[in-house]
Amino acid sequence: MPSPPRPFLRALLGRTTPTLTNNNRIRPYSTAPSNARLNVPLDFATTPLLCHTPKQALSHPDLPSTLRSTSKTSRLNLFQAVNAALSHALSTDERVLLFGEDVAFGGVFRCSMNLSSQFGSDRVFNTPLSEQGIVGFAIGAAAEGMRPVAEIQFADYVYPAFDQLVNEAAKMRFRSGVWADGKEGLTSMACGGLVVRMPSGGVGHGALYHSQSPESLFTHVPGLRVVMPRSPLQAKGLLLAAIECPDPVIFMEPKILYRAAVEHVPNDAYTIPLSAAEILKPGSDVTVVSYGTPLYTCSAAISAAEKDLDISCELIDLRTVYPWDRKTVLDSIKKTGRAVVVHESMVNAGVGAEVAATIQEGAFLRLEAPVQRVAGWSTHVGLMYEKFNLPDVARVYDAIKKTVEY
Amino acid sequence: MSLRDVVRRATPRGLRPRKPTSPCTAQRFSPQWQRWSSISQRPGSDHVHFPGAVNSKFTTTLDYERPSEKPAMPTYRYMDQDGAIVDKNREPIDISDEEAIKMYKDMLTVSIMDLIMFDAQRQGRLSFYMVSAGEEGIAVGSAAALNPSDVIFAQYRETGVFQQRGFSLDEFMSQLFANCKDYGQGRNMPVHYGSRKHNIHTISSPLATQIPHAAGAAYALKLQAAQNPNEEPRIVACYFGEGAASEGDFHAALNIAATRNCPVVFICRNNGYAISTPTLEQYRGDGIASRGVGYGIETIRVDGNDIFAVHEVTKEARRRALDGGGKPILIEAMSYRVSHHSTSDDSFAYRAKVEVEDWKRRDNPITRLRKHLESKGAWNEDKEKEARSSIRKDVLAAFNRAEKEKRPALRNMMEGVYAELTEEQEAQIRQLRDIIERYPDEYDVSEFEGGLDGLGVK
Ligand SMILES: Cc1ncc(C[n+]2csc(CCOP(=O)(O)OP(=O)(O)O)c2C)c(N)n1
Ligand SMILES: [Mg+2]
Repeated sequence: MPSPPRPFLRALLGRTTPTLTNNNRIRPYSTAPSNARLNVPLDFATTPLLCHTPKQALSHPDLPSTLRSTSKTSRLNLFQAVNAALSHALSTDERVLLFGEDVAFGGVFRCSMNLSSQFGSDRVFNTPLSEQGIVGFAIGAAAEGMRPVAEIQFADYVYPAFDQLVNEAAKMRFRSGVWADGKEGLTSMACGGLVVRMPSGGVGHGALYHSQSPESLFTHVPGLRVVMPRSPLQAKGLLLAAIECPDPVIFMEPKILYRAAVEHVPNDAYTIPLSAAEILKPGSDVTVVSYGTPLYTCSAAISAAEKDLDISCELIDLRTVYPWDRKTVLDSIKKTGRAVVVHESMVNAGVGAEVAATIQEGAFLRLEAPVQRVAGWSTHVGLMYEKFNLPDVARVYDAIKKTVEY
Repeated sequence: MSLRDVVRRATPRGLRPRKPTSPCTAQRFSPQWQRWSSISQRPGSDHVHFPGAVNSKFTTTLDYERPSEKPAMPTYRYMDQDGAIVDKNREPIDISDEEAIKMYKDMLTVSIMDLIMFDAQRQGRLSFYMVSAGEEGIAVGSAAALNPSDVIFAQYRETGVFQQRGFSLDEFMSQLFANCKDYGQGRNMPVHYGSRKHNIHTISSPLATQIPHAAGAAYALKLQAAQNPNEEPRIVACYFGEGAASEGDFHAALNIAATRNCPVVFICRNNGYAISTPTLEQYRGDGIASRGVGYGIETIRVDGNDIFAVHEVTKEARRRALDGGGKPILIEAMSYRVSHHSTSDDSFAYRAKVEVEDWKRRDNPITRLRKHLESKGAWNEDKEKEARSSIRKDVLAAFNRAEKEKRPALRNMMEGVYAELTEEQEAQIRQLRDIIERYPDEYDVSEFEGGLDGLGVK
C-alpha cells in the first residue's frame, strides 16, 4: 500500500526549474465521483457489519456462552485480529509454526508483528523466496504432526505453490488410505493443521498482480477448505478453527480490510465453525449471498434498495466458500425466492456459478427470478479500471432491483 | 476467421515466426539427436563411467565437499571506490569519454527521476514507485554492453536499462501516470515498463517468471539466427534479484538454458535484501554465482558499483554467449539496496539507518564514475551542475505533460485478454455501459479518453 502523502521535498526541485505544484493542480491517481449517492467510499465506522461496541461483539451467536459473559474486548483491525489469533495459537500449541516471506519482521501487512521475538525464530521465521518451497515445506511439517501456518505474501503469488496444494495437500489423506497404528487406532497420512494464509482482493490500485482473489481455483479442488473472513472478529475465530481443522485450509484475508475494518474483538480465544454460513441480516424479498469485502458493498446496496424499493433483503456471508453451507443458502432462497450472488473475482466459473447452479437445482420451484451474479468481469484487473471492474454498490443495487422487479 | 488469422493477429510483428531461408532440415542447424553412449565400466578404470558423471575420478578418501571451507568466488572490478583504475598495468577499458559521459548521464537521469517520482507518490499523484538507488550502474553498464537488438527481460529495478536503451522521459511518465500514451494502456502498476520498440519485454510483478522466458527466447533467437544466416546473431539478457533467484523458475531456467545451449546472459542484482529478508536468510551458498557453476554455466561475480567492470563483463558474456553455437552465462553483480524496497516499504523497520548511511557514504556507482571522469579532466563541478539542472527540468516537463493526459479509453479494461474480445466480454461491456448510463452520477468517466464512448459500444 502506498504510504500517506508527505510534503514534497522542495529542496529537490530547486528554484529555477518548474515545480510539480505551481503550474498544474495535483491530480490524485484516484478520485470518487462527486455526485454519487451509491458509489461512495464504504463507511467502516458505521457499517452494521462490524461490532462497534463490546456488547455487539460479545453477543455474537458463534461465541461460546462462557466467553460471552466473561471476555473483555479490544478494538482491533483485521491484521491485529489475525495477529491475535496467531499469537494465541503459538502460545497454546507448540506444534504451531508460522513462516513465509518477510514474516519475521512482522510481514508486509504486519500480521506477524512481534511474533518472532515472542515465540522465537525456530517457530516464526523468514523463508527463502519460493512459494512452492513454502507450501511444500508446510505440507511436510503438517504430515509429521506440526500445525504450520504458511504465509503467501499476496494471493497473486500462490501459483508456484499450486501443484503442492492441488496435487499434494488436497490428496494426501485420500491416497494414503488408512492404517491401524496401535495406540490411537486408525490413522492416515494427511496434512491437517496446515493453513495457507494469503492476502487477497482489490485495494484500488493493485493492478494485475496485487488484486487477485483466486478462491475459485481452489474451490474446484476437493480436499482443500477455502475460507475468507469478512471482519476482525470473524478472522480471529475462523483462523483458530482453521489451525485446529484436520484438513488443509486456504485462508484468504481481504487485504483492503487489514486496516479499514476495525471492530471489537473478544480478547479470549474462540473458534467460529468452518463451512457454516452466517445470516448477517434477515429479510424476506431477496437473498444476497457474498463473502469477504463485497459484503460491505452489499450491505450499502441493501440499505439503499430497502429505502428506495420498500423491500426487505437477507444478507448471507458464506465465510467458507468450499465446502460451503448449502443448507443455509437454500433455506433462505426457499423463503425469499430471489437471489443475488456477489464476489470480486471474475464471474466466469466463479463461486457465483456454483452457488447459482446449486440454487437452481435445490430451489427451482421457489425461484421468482433468475439468480443474478454481480462479480468481476471476465478480464484481468487493469490498474486504471478497477473501479469499473469490481462489483460496486450501484451494480449490486441494480441487480437487487432487477431481481425484485422481474 | 481461420486459425492462422487468429495466430497472426495475436502475434506482434517482431515475434512472428520468420520464414526460414532454406529448407528446414535438421542437419542445417544441429547434429541429429544422438544416443548417449553408455559404455559400462572398463576393468581397472580410474574414472566413473556412470552416465550421470562421466569424468569423476575414483577416490578412497571419504571426504564431503564443504562449501563453507571453499574460498568465495572473487568479485571482478576495474575501478576502486575513488574511481582509480585498480590494475595500473592493464590496458584501459575500451570506452571513450563521450560514451562514459553518456553512461554517467543515464545513471544521473534515473536517480533524479527516482527522487521526483518517489515524492510524487508521497503526494498521492501516482499509486506506487520503486527506485534503483545504488543499482544504477548495474542496469546502465550492462545494457550499454549489449546490442540494441538484443532482447531484454527485466525484474523492476532496472530503470537504467530502459534509460540506456532510449526509452524517453515521456515514455516513462506515460507509464507511471497510466495515461493514454502508456504502452500498457493503463493496465499495469507504475514501473512495469515494457517496449517492443526497445526490445524489452513488459515487466511482470510475479518474481522470476521472466527467467525461463529468457531461456526460451534465447533459444528462439538461436534457431532464427541459424535459419537466417545473414542476420546478426542476438542474445537475450535477463535481470533478476538475488531473492527472486530462490524461486523454482530460476533453477528451471538455468538448467534448461544450459542443456539447450541458449545464448542468454543471466544478470543477478545481488543487493543484499529481498524486501526485509537479508541474504543470510535467503541462501547459504556462495551467493547466486555458485549456482551457475552447479548448472555447468560459465559464471562471474562483479562489483556492481563499478560501471566499467559491469560493462566489461557483460560485453565478454555476450561474446561467450554467442560462441560455439551458444551458451548461457551468469553474472552476479554485487550492490546494496540503498532505498526502501518500494514506496510501500519502510526499511528502517528491519535494518538500521546507520547501515544504510554507511553504505551510501562508502560507495555508489554514480559518484565512483564521477570521480573517475573528474580525475581524467572529462567532468567537473560546472558540468555536474548543468547536467543535473537540465535533467531535472526535462523530467519535470515530461512529468507535467504526462499528468495532464487523459486515461486510456475504457475499452482497454477488457481488450487484450484475447486477440479478439469474446462474445461474453462484448456482452459485459454492454452491461457496463448500460449501468453507467442508467446511474450517471455514480461513475466518473470524464478522465478516460472518449468518456463513455471509449467503451466502444453504442
Ligand atoms: C512470486 C512472487 N512472490 C512474492 C512477491 C513479492 N515480492 C515483490 S519484490 C520481493 C522481493 C524481491 O527481492 P529481490 O529479488 O532480491 O529483488 P530486489 O527487490 O532486491 O531488487 C517480493 C518478495 C512477488 N512479487 N512475486
Ligand atoms: Mg535483492
